[in-house]
Amino acid sequence: MSNIIPEFNVDKNEDRCIKCKVCVRQCSEGVFKYFDEFDLIRIYNDKCIGCHRCEMMCPTDALTITKNTALYKENSHWSSYTINSIKKQAETGGMILTGSGNDKAYVSYWDKMLLDASQVTNPPIDPLREPMELRTYLGKKPEKVILKEENGDISLETKLAPQIKLETPIMFSAMSYGSISLNACESLASAASKLGTFYNTGEGGLHKKLYKYGKNTIGQVASGRFGVDTEYLDTCAAIEIKIGQGAKPGIGGHLPGEKVTVEISETRMIPSGTDAISPAPHHDIYSIEDLKQLICLIKEATNYEKPVFVKIAAVHNSAAIASGIVRAGADVIVIDGFRGGTGAAPSVIRDNTGMPIEIALAVIDQRLRDESIRNEVSIVAAGGIRSSADAVKAMALGADAVYIATAALIAMGCTLCQKCYKGKCNWGLTTQDPVLTRRLNPAIGSEKLTNLVTSWNLEIKEILGSMGINAIEALRGNRLRLRGIGLTELESKILGIEHAGM
Amino acid sequence: MNKFPREKDISGCSIFGLINTDGEKVSGSVITDAISVMHDRANGLGGGFSGYGIYPDYPDDYAFHLFFDSVKAKEETEELINKHFLIEYDEKIRTDNSVNLPNKPLLWRYFVKNRNILSKDSEREETFKAVMDINNNIEGAYVISSGKNMGVFKGVGYPEDISKFYRLEDYSGYIWTAHGRFPTNTPGWWGGAHPFGLLDWTIVHNGEISSYDTNRRYLEMYGYRCNLVTDTEVITYLFDFLVRKNNLPLPLASKILASPMWADIDRMEEKKRELLKALRMTYAGALLTGPFSVILGFENGLMGLGDRLKLRPLLVGKNDNTVYISSEECAIRKICPDLDSVYRPKGGEPALFMLDGKYV
Repeated sequence: MSNIIPEFNVDKNEDRCIKCKVCVRQCSEGVFKYFDEFDLIRIYNDKCIGCHRCEMMCPTDALTITKNTALYKENSHWSSYTINSIKKQAETGGMILTGSGNDKAYVSYWDKMLLDASQVTNPPIDPLREPMELRTYLGKKPEKVILKEENGDISLETKLAPQIKLETPIMFSAMSYGSISLNACESLASAASKLGTFYNTGEGGLHKKLYKYGKNTIGQVASGRFGVDTEYLDTCAAIEIKIGQGAKPGIGGHLPGEKVTVEISETRMIPSGTDAISPAPHHDIYSIEDLKQLICLIKEATNYEKPVFVKIAAVHNSAAIASGIVRAGADVIVIDGFRGGTGAAPSVIRDNTGMPIEIALAVIDQRLRDESIRNEVSIVAAGGIRSSADAVKAMALGADAVYIATAALIAMGCTLCQKCYKGKCNWGLTTQDPVLTRRLNPAIGSEKLTNLVTSWNLEIKEILGSMGINAIEALRGNRLRLRGIGLTELESKILGIEHAGM
Repeated sequence: MNKFPREKDISGCSIFGLINTDGEKVSGSVITDAISVMHDRANGLGGGFSGYGIYPDYPDDYAFHLFFDSVKAKEETEELINKHFLIEYDEKIRTDNSVNLPNKPLLWRYFVKNRNILSKDSEREETFKAVMDINNNIEGAYVISSGKNMGVFKGVGYPEDISKFYRLEDYSGYIWTAHGRFPTNTPGWWGGAHPFGLLDWTIVHNGEISSYDTNRRYLEMYGYRCNLVTDTEVITYLFDFLVRKNNLPLPLASKILASPMWADIDRMEEKKRELLKALRMTYAGALLTGPFSVILGFENGLMGLGDRLKLRPLLVGKNDNTVYISSEECAIRKICPDLDSVYRPKGGEPALFMLDGKYV
């Protein structure tokens, strides 16, 4: 018998309920059960995960989900979450799992930075009247461009390293087919192609159905090497070596056998029904020189035509690691902060490891400048970017572009219940159950994602205009236009920004 | 000397430049007449001039103009100069002290030669490093110009007062630039006045660039130190970086600072498109946004350039072998009432005029 007090209260207004049983059918957790003989819907509060699907689907608004406030006696040291965790561990002897990003009350530096705007001496620019350029190229830039002259005709001598062109500095971050449904993958792929940007396969390989979006696809090569073959490398526009993930630095991944359906097994190129285990390290990368070999190998395999990304979790010596990654030959570095999401991770890791993307980004950008190698690489910031304002602040700190994933899931219906690891997502996102995946129509998912990024683009242009800037590259690393509010002197110094009023 | 060192310098302005493409020299009083017409574009907190060909007695020496806050700064600077250079001649810059200007620093000029015989490129690189060294490491010493056979004369006051103070009518040059300043901060700081000079580059500038910190942090990767916190300093260094260090022709450097829009680049024929695309991508940190018009002077030419949205005025007037670039037409008409032609270059279009008529 479980002695855990339920986290949520499911309240049904009997006057409104018409016994249509939508709630029974919609809830994959089995909160509602209909008893024919009594014409009764019984509610099991202990099964509720607080995703609000039933509440939103109920045609008569008869359901209300509330937090169970009477959970335990208030205690500022022993929170209800802590007490329940201990009880669960005492009952099972296992690690507590979770999904999505770190939800603890750590400081958010995005909320302690304000943007500057133009007044009088420098006119703001109206994005409705003047061109406002968001185009971004990711890839290694040469230190200088060398020209040649023939009969007074000047042309390029330098051949640029491969680049990918983004019409907006926002991309969709890695989420594998397996961790999310094929419909969710297709929504992302189709939105990326409509928006002129990129989505990322995670390490789930590339489903045949999505090959047509190849030129908007970043293919991940992670420690499990799932789904990686020549065709995969040829189809994707860029390749990302995943070393780590912000939500679980130093931790691999584990897709349980029961989720490895026939289609997933084909896509990942593993037998169906077997566990798909991504080891914590790449077993051919135990050092920076090993990473260099893998980068070279991928470049060789793709005929030096595709930029190679290296993604790391934000950890305390990220700056030195980033410098090594540039010197190892990566074209793009992705830094994933501790607010970044995950399909499944041990809570203890997600909630206690890593560091804020704001800090990692600031120190990495500065370090690469101190070493005069910032031009040799593009920086993509990821992990908890919630809004266009966060994206603008990231670029002012030094990012070339940002990755979003949690925001993309929310656009497709996610309510951040953090139960992705259960595989029963009521919104059809983090599940492979055909009954549930049908709930996400890829055409609608794609439209929502396109709308989200389109609205962020409009907001970014508005912000740039207010700063008197009309090209995104003039925002990149423009830290003078960021001001701290409520930061200590040390925090300001680390972020490389002045305090408001300075 | 600067009371507000942490604040970025912001100013509105008048700018003027002239070049005699045959190399005939005119007196500094000519350009003084022109810039003084635009009196109302300045507020008395900064004015300055640069002249080329003004030191015929020392044509092959680097002419260093310096501002010193103290005798100690001067001694330290001379020690540093002596390390790298032979001082051929030095003197206090002659001034007319009947002109009442505030906070005058000690003004000195040195004519120096490199101690070693070097190629032109490495000689200029050595001089560049020495200038950076003085500006960064000696408190209260500022090199305000460091080219050959040229010099910058600037200070706090209206341009016509500055001209009188420096007795500009005593100098004659084939290229002149002038500036009247309307700062909204750094009042009373001589270093904040324009032109800003490095080697033979001088910039007079009207505007405020919104990309300042992007440009500054980009330049700092390549040995530049922007300690005067002015847009003008950054623009000067960008020209030096692109043209001298990256060997790019000035017209292309202009296409980096005031790049065509992507939509326009996309429409160009392939060869040109690939060239401008590569330049814009590689030198993204050098793109200037926000309003500006600048006049760049250098040993054998003069160039006007406006921002890509053309948010600040700039026009060109020509008469015979003299070309004038100005914020306002009235200033040109004052010294040359009958012009052969007048035109307003488009935003981002460089107006480049060379001493022998041809850019090399």
